[in-house]
Amino acid sequence: MAENKAPEVILATDCGSTTTKAILIEKRNGSYRLAARGEAPTTVEAPAEDVTRGVINSIAEIEDITKRTFIRDDKLIVPREGDKGADAYISTSSAGGGLQMMVAGVVSQMSTESAARAALGAGAIVIDSLATNDRRRPYERIERIRNLRPDMILLSGGTDGGTVRHVVAQAETIAAADPRPRFGAGYELPVIYAGNAAARPAIEQTLGKKTALQIVDNLRPTLETENLKPARDAIHDLFLEHVMQQAPGYKKLMTWTSAPIMPTPGAVGDIMKLIARRNNIQVVGTDIGGATTDDFSVFRADRNNPESEQVFNRTVSANLGMSYSISNVVASAGLANVLRWVPVMEDERILRNQIRNKMIRPTTIPQNIESLMVEQAICREALRLAFMQHKEMAVGLKGAQKSTSFADAMSQTVKEDTLVDMMGLDIIVGSGGVLSHAPRRNQSALMMIDGFAPEGFTQLAVDSIFMMPHLGVLAQINEDAALEVFEKDCLIYLGTVIAPVGIAPFGKPCMKVKFQGKEYELKSGEIKLLPLGLGEEAEVTVDPTRKFNVGSGYGKAVTKKVKGGVVGLILDARCRPIQLPASQEGRVNLLQIWNKELDIYPEK
Amino acid sequence: MAYAYSPGLKVLKSTVLRRNRRLPIKGQTLVKIGDKVGAEQVVLKTELPGKADVVNVMSLLGCQPHEVKQFMVKPIGDHVEKGELLAMRAAFFGLFKTRIESPMSGTIESVSDVSGQVVMRGAPVPVDVKAYIDGKVVEADEGEHVTVEVTGSFIQGIFGVGGETYGRIVVASDDPNGVLDENSFTEGMKGAVVVGGSLITYDGLQKAIAVGVNAVVVGGFDDADLKKFLGFDLGVAITGHEELGLTLVLTEGFGQIPMADKTFALLKECEGKNASVNGATQIRAGVMRPEIIVARDEEASMKENEAKLILDIGTRVRVIREPYFGMFGTVTALPAELTKLPTESLARVLDLKFDNGTVATVPRANVEIMATEKDDTQEN
Repeated sequence: MAENKAPEVILATDCGSTTTKAILIEKRNGSYRLAARGEAPTTVEAPAEDVTRGVINSIAEIEDITKRTFIRDDKLIVPREGDKGADAYISTSSAGGGLQMMVAGVVSQMSTESAARAALGAGAIVIDSLATNDRRRPYERIERIRNLRPDMILLSGGTDGGTVRHVVAQAETIAAADPRPRFGAGYELPVIYAGNAAARPAIEQTLGKKTALQIVDNLRPTLETENLKPARDAIHDLFLEHVMQQAPGYKKLMTWTSAPIMPTPGAVGDIMKLIARRNNIQVVGTDIGGATTDDFSVFRADRNNPESEQVFNRTVSANLGMSYSISNVVASAGLANVLRWVPVMEDERILRNQIRNKMIRPTTIPQNIESLMVEQAICREALRLAFMQHKEMAVGLKGAQKSTSFADAMSQTVKEDTLVDMMGLDIIVGSGGVLSHAPRRNQSALMMIDGFAPEGFTQLAVDSIFMMPHLGVLAQINEDAALEVFEKDCLIYLGTVIAPVGIAPFGKPCMKVKFQGKEYELKSGEIKLLPLGLGEEAEVTVDPTRKFNVGSGYGKAVTKKVKGGVVGLILDARCRPIQLPASQEGRVNLLQIWNKELDIYPEK
Repeated sequence: MAYAYSPGLKVLKSTVLRRNRRLPIKGQTLVKIGDKVGAEQVVLKTELPGKADVVNVMSLLGCQPHEVKQFMVKPIGDHVEKGELLAMRAAFFGLFKTRIESPMSGTIESVSDVSGQVVMRGAPVPVDVKAYIDGKVVEADEGEHVTVEVTGSFIQGIFGVGGETYGRIVVASDDPNGVLDENSFTEGMKGAVVVGGSLITYDGLQKAIAVGVNAVVVGGFDDADLKKFLGFDLGVAITGHEELGLTLVLTEGFGQIPMADKTFALLKECEGKNASVNGATQIRAGVMRPEIIVARDEEASMKENEAKLILDIGTRVRVIREPYFGMFGTVTALPAELTKLPTESLARVLDLKFDNGTVATVPRANVEIMATEKDDTQEN
């Protein structure tokens, strides 16, 4: 293949903490389409301890399906040799527990918060944020650094040319901890300094000999500006150089790829931004994996001004996931919160043991309906908890660069208001095995509604086969191909949910809905599914009672065009927050009614 | 023939094992290649930098950062006791004195002209690394790591808590189904590695700690009891650093699950011998499972990493997920096409004939491979 010719046969993998997913994209009749997919367990564990084994296994499935050859001697054939092999191979990765970082700054609401955003935007898990005003004694900060053993530290603080004393004091705290990296006793901990340029000599003197120090531009050069890109790029480079090198088999994998391996969340974020920008919509995306849950959002900076700029935010909830972290979801949410979504009576002791056994054997899958119900209940809580964290973090400053007024910069409390505007949200996109591979799409829809509690009119979609990471990294080498496949093969539209905000006792009137010549009256605590197929649009008028609001105010009717999908139009009158009966019997009965109405599980 | 999704835990009667013993920072190697070492022998030692604290002398004295040095009572490198005078500033011709006492005993490590902070460093923390297994030193880098090799039995558990320990194996259950409770432990088990059957109760575990048992190896344990034992609800399976009074290794999982016959038989065979036990578990990348190692004077027949990954007709497997959790069987078919499960998911499956004669179809992801009789012969 000529160097400059656009690749026409592309293999892409995403090495997740549990499963490695491979897809084959081909240009046929002038357009790029998904041709085949395969998957296999990720093989970073003993005895294989080599991520490329899982990559080969997943691509071997593609070979089985397409009856073509992509592998020779346990290696990929790239570039293509006639009808064998592919023009390019690309990959994302979240295996290895992800990138675990600490951030440090001077003031928690300013430089430390900006540093956290830089780390999160680069795909890291922020395991702690240190600030001079974090109400911890110096020795407590030192012990924290020693105990957590992060993969790297991002240090910021001070505007350029401002005081150096405070940021140097933070550097001295890090130096006093004499930090060791999580992996590899033989090398020094990477520390990125992205603070006051005037403090660089003192920082070099303090940390230069004790750590692998890298100095980049200040991420908060003035009070009014945030410049995260240099820090993010440095994080990405160090991730590839240090952290990925420690994961089994990654050295080999890095030599196979046609573009640098991207952290999975970074790639998914790129695709989310593209969707929002192209359609001028407000988006929430979630990727619920085995170890972590990533939430992404694109909202307008000013919810009252439709012309205001779009702000992208990403958060990662470390240790909220469906396999390795499944027990942590239960520990964080509390067993009672998980059980409230389980539509059968379960013995608590047996249930706890079942969840633990999934944690210690994370690649197993539910075989019976009861196991599936429990996993989907846990998924709802993981989505809910991760989204709570996202709302707290998505508070204003844009990822790459942002200008705020001086007054805003001085009163950081302005940013306490979350950007997440549920009533203005247009679409929720779910991905990750538990949502993308749910046996029924109706299950994915209800899990997302229960987890996110959308308000007003919200469209729902899932990533059909968890392709967004692949397309995010593909956009790096061929944006047209990525967009084409995204629009034609990636998203499956589930439909639209209409959910009035408000609370009323069970059985009291909630809303009247006019749809396709019929009128439906829903009472508080009810949910209803109406047919509206994929590609269909229809006008709907929702007239809520005075205790409920669907976007125009309490008791005010709204008429809107809604889009259908493989599930349909869901009328959700279960109140916000969603109300459940206090008694176990009442709760189980009501869940069974909802599940029957939405055709969630097979009838016994 | 297909690759197994879960290769299964190793239960090897005789194998050659190597364990790398490493210092967190450079130190001293106390053995050389070829030396015979005992499990409890210290082979490496070093000193970690002591605990640190930072004193903001500048703000406490109300001076400029570059002035801090002149107010220090002792120079960098000197030792100071907790409460001893660290810095002092006199004002009004010595009439008023601001005194700063050291918050800890230690050495003055640095005084910063930029931040005005003083870093204090406590006494170094000695670290001794033991051999952990009875064996022979086969690698020894000066001051960094030592590799010890042993020929012996090797059993991997599925989950454990507590770190490395060592003791004589005592089998306290008649069969793999037995339950260890408070009546199962006696004073004679002090320092022992006690082997049970399908379960240990919470009261049993407390009794084991009370009599000074070093480790308990058992099929299952209730998660509710684990929460009581740890004092918190374990979120992520990264263990091994707990100080619990003993090391607990589960060979099968959570709940009451009979120990695999082969595991129980091997431990029974090792009764009276000394075992090295480590409960450390990490279910993440670079997975780590708990282990029991017993040195034996026999010719090894299998290397530790010669695990068989091939799932084929006739392969012995154990189901590791409901509704057949814990049942053993033999693979009778490996259909190539995806099969619809009762959940309506499509998955790759296998057909099994269980040991009790019944048959079932199970997702391939929900079984782990057990060693076959043929493998046993090879190992022996």
